[in-house]
Amino acid sequence: MAKENQPTQKPTLFFVNKEKEPLFSKKNRALLSDPMDDNNPITVQVLGICSALAITVQLKPAIVMSISVMAVMAASNVIISLLRNLIPNRIRIIVQLVVVAAMVVLVDQVLKAFAYDVYKELSIFIGLIITNCIVMGRLEAFALGNGVWKSFLDGIGNAAGYGFILIAVAFFRELLGSGKLMGIQVIPDVAYAMGYENNGLMLLSPMALITVGIFIWIQRARNRKLIEKN
Amino acid sequence: MEAYVNLFVKSIFIENMIFAYFLGMCSYLAVSKTVKTAVGLGAAVIFVLSITVPINFLLDTYLLKPGALAWLGAEYAELDLSFLSFIMFIAVIASMVQLVEMIVEKFAPALYGALGIFLPLIAVNCAILGGSLFMQQKDFAGVGESAVYGFGSGIGWFLAIIAIAAIREKITYSNVPAPLRGLGITFIITGLMAIGFMSFMGIKL
Repeated sequence: MAKENQPTQKPTLFFVNKEKEPLFSKKNRALLSDPMDDNNPITVQVLGICSALAITVQLKPAIVMSISVMAVMAASNVIISLLRNLIPNRIRIIVQLVVVAAMVVLVDQVLKAFAYDVYKELSIFIGLIITNCIVMGRLEAFALGNGVWKSFLDGIGNAAGYGFILIAVAFFRELLGSGKLMGIQVIPDVAYAMGYENNGLMLLSPMALITVGIFIWIQRARNRKLIEKN
Repeated sequence: MEAYVNLFVKSIFIENMIFAYFLGMCSYLAVSKTVKTAVGLGAAVIFVLSITVPINFLLDTYLLKPGALAWLGAEYAELDLSFLSFIMFIAVIASMVQLVEMIVEKFAPALYGALGIFLPLIAVNCAILGGSLFMQQKDFAGVGESAVYGFGSGIGWFLAIIAIAAIREKITYSNVPAPLRGLGITFIITGLMAIGFMSFMGIKL
């Protein structure tokens, strides 16, 4: 949904933009690339952890979840950014919740219609995108104070950073836990015959936390300016 | 009576919001630096969960479920409004939080002082919406069961955040590898605690 909007919006926005900033200027590209590492929503901003942990047992639901979050974030960022001068400050949280909830209902109905088995697997976690702090957090921190195109890029960028961690965690959990990727067996039968065993612990929820913990460790060891004092 | 006790114990230990479903992790990680603030947030979560879950149960049974509108007349019996449940639930939660905030401010200023800043935070805590959505999925028999479930889940969340806050207060004195300090070690400790909580799964209720 978000991607379809892009080409139609481009020309109008380009003429509205008085500063003649190119659509993919350095600043705008940073909006897309920062959340992947330096400002990752999960490992640095600590937003949207709940769903990141619960649905990463297999790769497929993780991918569907990332796409859903991306659609919701891009759409609600654009809407809130359009409305940003109209919303009274006192009731902004409720307005944001309603906009996000409406977007989530759309995603929910689309998934129910076109991907019913994944929909069953994700169960309540689609609904929980509403309270996924990553959506609210970016609305508060970015969309309320920035233009439409920038908010759109920020939504896509943060959802991509979120999806990246989600898919990486799911990749390791499914590979080590059940020897499969996307439901297809990748570890050859020979290995099982030689005594290789799947690590059943990887399928259980605690290992999601520990995997994310290890990711944070690796990221901060490479990028030392992110280290906390205590 | 026995069913209520079973449900209560189950919602605290076996289906713990944090350790089994990771709901409300964001505020769990952000507000667990000291035990004192953790107690405040935990109490507010118990409070709001035990109010919103039964209310949403009533809404679900008498408005949203397929066939729930039958009490209005035969012609409404076919309606299925369940696609509205997200918006309804979140609206109830947001307005309840606002209402609870006002009532507490009026009648218990001391409690308001203690909970004050945490109450608005709770509207976007996934544990609250999660409680209502699980309630919808579990098909409880009556308001009593849903109230017990809400209260129990709140207590489970409260226990979890207090435990991690106490551990984090102590861990400041240990020599954690630098890149793991703060967030990283908290994740790993929570993982280990969750493994501990899995031992409750053996309880037959």
